[in-house]
This record gives sequence, structure tokens and C-alpha cells, in this order.
Amino acid sequence: MNKKNRKGFEAKFNAIRFAASILIAVLLSFIIILLVSKDPLTAVRKLFLGPLESFRRFGNVVELAILLSFTGLAVSIMFSANQFNMGAEGAVYAGAAVASFIALSLPMPKILAPLVCILGGGLVGAFICVIPAKLKEKWGASELVSSLMLNYVFFYLAKYFANTVFKDPNCGFVATYLLPTNAKLPCLVPGTRIHAGLFVLLVTVIVCVFFMRKTKWGFALRQTGGNPRFAAYVGVNTTFVIAYSQLIGGFLAGMGGAVEVLGMYDRFQWQKLPGYGFDGIVVAILANNKPQFVPLAAFFLAYLRIGADMMATSTDVTSEMVSIIQSIIIMLVAAQAFLAKNRQRMLIKEVKNNG
Amino acid sequence: MGDVFGYIFTAEFGYSVLRVTTPILFAALASVIAENSGASNIALEGIMLSAALFGAVGSGLTHSLLWGFAFALLGGLLITSLLIYFALYLKTNIILAGVALNTLASGGTVFLMYVVLHDKGSTSSLPTLVYPQISIPLIRDIPVVGGIISGQNLLTYLAFVMVAVVWALLYKTKLGMHIRCVGENPDAAESVGISTRKVKIVALAISGALASLGGAFLSMGYMNGFSRDMVSGRGFIAMAAAAMGQYSPVPTMVASLIFGFADALSNVLAAMRIPDEFVKMIPYATTIIGLIIFAASRKKQQQRKRAAALMANQ
Repeated sequence: MNKKNRKGFEAKFNAIRFAASILIAVLLSFIIILLVSKDPLTAVRKLFLGPLESFRRFGNVVELAILLSFTGLAVSIMFSANQFNMGAEGAVYAGAAVASFIALSLPMPKILAPLVCILGGGLVGAFICVIPAKLKEKWGASELVSSLMLNYVFFYLAKYFANTVFKDPNCGFVATYLLPTNAKLPCLVPGTRIHAGLFVLLVTVIVCVFFMRKTKWGFALRQTGGNPRFAAYVGVNTTFVIAYSQLIGGFLAGMGGAVEVLGMYDRFQWQKLPGYGFDGIVVAILANNKPQFVPLAAFFLAYLRIGADMMATSTDVTSEMVSIIQSIIIMLVAAQAFLAKNRQRMLIKEVKNNG
Repeated sequence: MGDVFGYIFTAEFGYSVLRVTTPILFAALASVIAENSGASNIALEGIMLSAALFGAVGSGLTHSLLWGFAFALLGGLLITSLLIYFALYLKTNIILAGVALNTLASGGTVFLMYVVLHDKGSTSSLPTLVYPQISIPLIRDIPVVGGIISGQNLLTYLAFVMVAVVWALLYKTKLGMHIRCVGENPDAAESVGISTRKVKIVALAISGALASLGGAFLSMGYMNGFSRDMVSGRGFIAMAAAAMGQYSPVPTMVASLIFGFADALSNVLAAMRIPDEFVKMIPYATTIIGLIIFAASRKKQQQRKRAAALMANQ
């Protein structure tokens, strides 16, 4: 079997395994719904077809997919360096908060204002995500644990400023002052809340794909993630690669938070960690860490989420069911030995056919 | 501020340190066992959460603390067995599997709670039994020390007993030797006929059971009842404690106590006029600082060792 056939076979097998994982997850959700619901038919219909019921609902899917794409890109790039950095969660929160703070404190003209806010959010995210990498490089501290702890630290820090310095005392709920219109991302599609962040995302995806596939830095990153020893042997400065991969990932997550708050909200009002950074892990795994597949994976997860919300509002099944389904999907998609026996059989067949 | 310094030297404060250390200590010991076998148990958070829910609901429905205990173990081992299946059989990266299982437990507990009690916030509609506090004769009469040690929850004593049990298991039994052997050199272990997979399964199961006890304490001791996401990072703090204790039981206990101290301190400061956000940040910030100090000192130690080895060779 030559190299090209081999590559084609791997792609084919991965596609089959991926489809099987989704199928198992779908079947599992049927079973769970059947077990707990008094009205399983409505629940299943809402979960899988709900987002298609109205234009507005479909808009919700796209809105959520924009944010999940940013965090998915962030995690893909951080995980590409084989670093289990969970900082995207804190970066999304702090990115959104800092973008709002900038918008509230610096009056700026249209177009410039959102760009500056997004840049600010991105820089904060980059700062948060590079810390675990630096701690590991300097002292060998586990990036997983330190990034999880840092999420809480930056969450409380940003929340403190939002709830004191920028808090609007006349607002009916805990939130900052109204964000100036100049800083907000305008709505693109009337009848939905799909906003100009979609363009920002498109540009970002293209840049990420180009970065990973066509630049020296992207190549060094893939090498470091694949086999760090070999990379170091051929002269790649792996510590540098790890540092910039976490910086870029954090920047993307912070950008995502900023785009979300400027496109979807009138005020910054998150009082809890929103979980979008962790969703980024799901997206990255579904997309196999490849930026070009991230929007698709984000769309899939967003669709499932909105469907679950609709199911929860009209039936007796809660939306948290989705976290069960998505965890099973991640574990199956990432399972190296899942369907391994079938793989062997397929490979033998392929070799016999092609010689 | 002066009040706070006065307060941390009281028996009452010492008592609360032991109390809040309990769940961290259970989970940290769980991490010790798992890491010694070379498997990272990131799912501690989810295991504790699941055990806390199962324990609270189980004890509430059966009106029995023993059944509550059994249910808590069941809830924790449910998540653990998924971890074992995916990580050791389907070869999913164990860290990814752990992260996924934490998500599963976080959503799954809310889902189950809604199915059973039609409530998404807490199990307050179902009265949960709580493990008794035990007053120890003689010790309770000692001034200060008695106030700290006596009258703790049954599970708090169990947590400290477990330090000795885990120590004995790791260093005095054949199983413990196999666990450490598999963790240190899996190829050598296989070559003398030890199945690394089997040993890891046993280690993860013990780890899951220990973490379940931590979860049981949270919903049937620390609080009375389960509330959504009540573990709130304790599983991760415990992992940091185990890492600081170099995965050895007694130093891990000391590290857990340090984090328990930070946690108790944040509870005290919550009553002061310090902003809530900074108070809540304390345990997490302490963990990061602790992690850095530990990692830095270990690195220095290694460098010194290497230098000494070089000198010896010359």
C-alpha cells in the first residue's frame, strides 16, 4: 500500500469512526428520552428538528456557533502543541469583560471602537493562557491544574471590576452600564441576532488555516505537537513554539468573548463562568484540531444545544441531557481503540483489492 | 484585620480547617493512588459530584446512612467505571476522558436530580441524612486541642484514617508494590507478569471509591443535601495537593491541610468587609502559589542531585 492510498484509507476509516460515534450518541439520547419522558416523541422532535422550526431559532444556532468557533479555534491551536491548557474558559470571560470595560471607558468612533475592544479582549485572553505554559516551562508545574485554578482567579478578578467600577446601579439586575452603540457589532440578518462577528470569524478562520498549513510557525507547531523530541532534534525551539501557541489560543478565546458581548449583549452581565471555553474542547476534538473544520463542528454543537433548549422548554426533559451526549461523543471520537478490530479488517480488504 | 489574626488562633478556626480539609484530603488520596499507578484521575471532580448526589438522594429515600454510603459509592464508581472503560479499553486519552466525564457529571447530576425531584438547583425538597459528629471522650477535655479534634464529623476522622490506610496499602502490601511498579516502569512490570491494565483498573477503582467518600461528605456532612456543582473545583485543588505531596500520603495530607486552611480563611473573611470576589479567590490563588513553590523547589532539588552525581563521577 503506497503512502497516498494509506492516507486515503486513514481518512475513510476516521470518517466511519466519527459517524459511528455520532450514531451511538444519537441512539443513546433516544434511549434516555424514552426512559424519562412522558412525551418522548415531542422531545425527540424538538431536540433534532427544533432549530429548523423557525428562522429565529436557526439564527440562534448561528449566533452560538460564532462564539463556539472562536473557542474551538483557540483550543485546537493550544492542544496542537500537546498542552492541556484549560485557560480558554477564563479567557472568554475576561475577554468579554475587558472588551466591555474598554468600550465603557474610551469613547471611540464607529468601526474603530469594536476593533480596539476585540483587540483588548484578545490580549487579555493571550495573557491568561500563556501563564500556565510559562509556569510549566520555568518550574514544571502541571498546566492542566494551574490553568483551571487561573480560570477562577481571573473570573473573580474580572467580575469584581464589573460589579464595582462599571456596575450600573440603576439597572434592574447585576450588570455594567449600557455599552455604547459605537462599540457594538451591528446585526447582519434582521429577525435574528446574527451579528458582524461572523465576518470577524471568517477572517480569523482563514488566517488560522493559513497559519497552520502555510507558515513556518504553523509547521513547527504541528511538529512539536506530533513528536516534541524529534522536533527539538531537527532544531525547533519547542519552548518558544509552546509559548506562542498558547498566546495565540488565548488571544482567540479572548476575542471570542469580546465578539460575543459586543454582538449579543447590551451590557456585560455574566455572573458565572459561562462554560464556552470548555465547549471549545468539544469543538476542537470534533474538528480533529483542524481550523478548517472548526466552524462545522461548532455549528453541530450549537445545533444540539439550541435543540436541547427547545426540548427543555416544551417537554419534561432538561437541556442538561446534552452534556451527557456530548461527553460520550468526545470520548468515542478521541478513542484510539474504538472500532480497532474493524480497522484491521478494512485494511486487509483494502490491501487485497489494491495490491 | 486584627480580629482575623486573633480568630485564626482559636480552637474554632482549627476545627473548621479540619472540616473543610476533609473533602480535599479524600480526593487528594484518590489522586495519590491513581498517579502511583501512572494513571491521572482528572475525573475526581465529576466522581465527587456524582457521589454527592447519589448519597444525598439515596440516604433521603432510604432513611439510612448506610444505604446513603452505598449509594454514594455507586454514584462515584459509575463515573469511575466509565473512565476505566474509555481510558484503558478504548484508549481515549485519560485526560480528555476525565475532562469529558467532569462535564458529564456536572450536567448529568442536574439531569438526574430533575428526573427524580423535579428540581434543578438542589435536593432541598428531600431531607438528607447527615453523618454524626463524634465527641471523643478524654480528648474533648483537653483545652484547645479538644476543641479542634473532638466533635468532628465521622467522615472527617475516616479521611485521616485513610491517610494511614493508603500509606500501608502502597508501601506494605503486594498490591501497593504492583501499583508503584506499574507506575514507575510499566515495561518491567509486564516482563515479570504483572498486567498493567489490571493493576491500573484496581488503582482507579480505589481512587474512585476514595473520591466518592469526599463527595459523600460534601452532601451528607459539610452541607445537608446536594446542590448543583457543589464540588466547585475541590477535585482540582486536591490534584494540586497530591502533586505538592509528591504523590506520597503523608506529605499530601500536609498539603491538603494548607489548602484547607486557605479555604477556612476565606470563610472567615467572608464575614468581614472584604469584597466577596477576593475572598472566593483565596483557595484558587493559594493553590497556584503552592504549585509554583513546590514545583520550583523540586526542580532545584533535581539540579542539586544532578550536580552531585556529576561531582561523584569525576
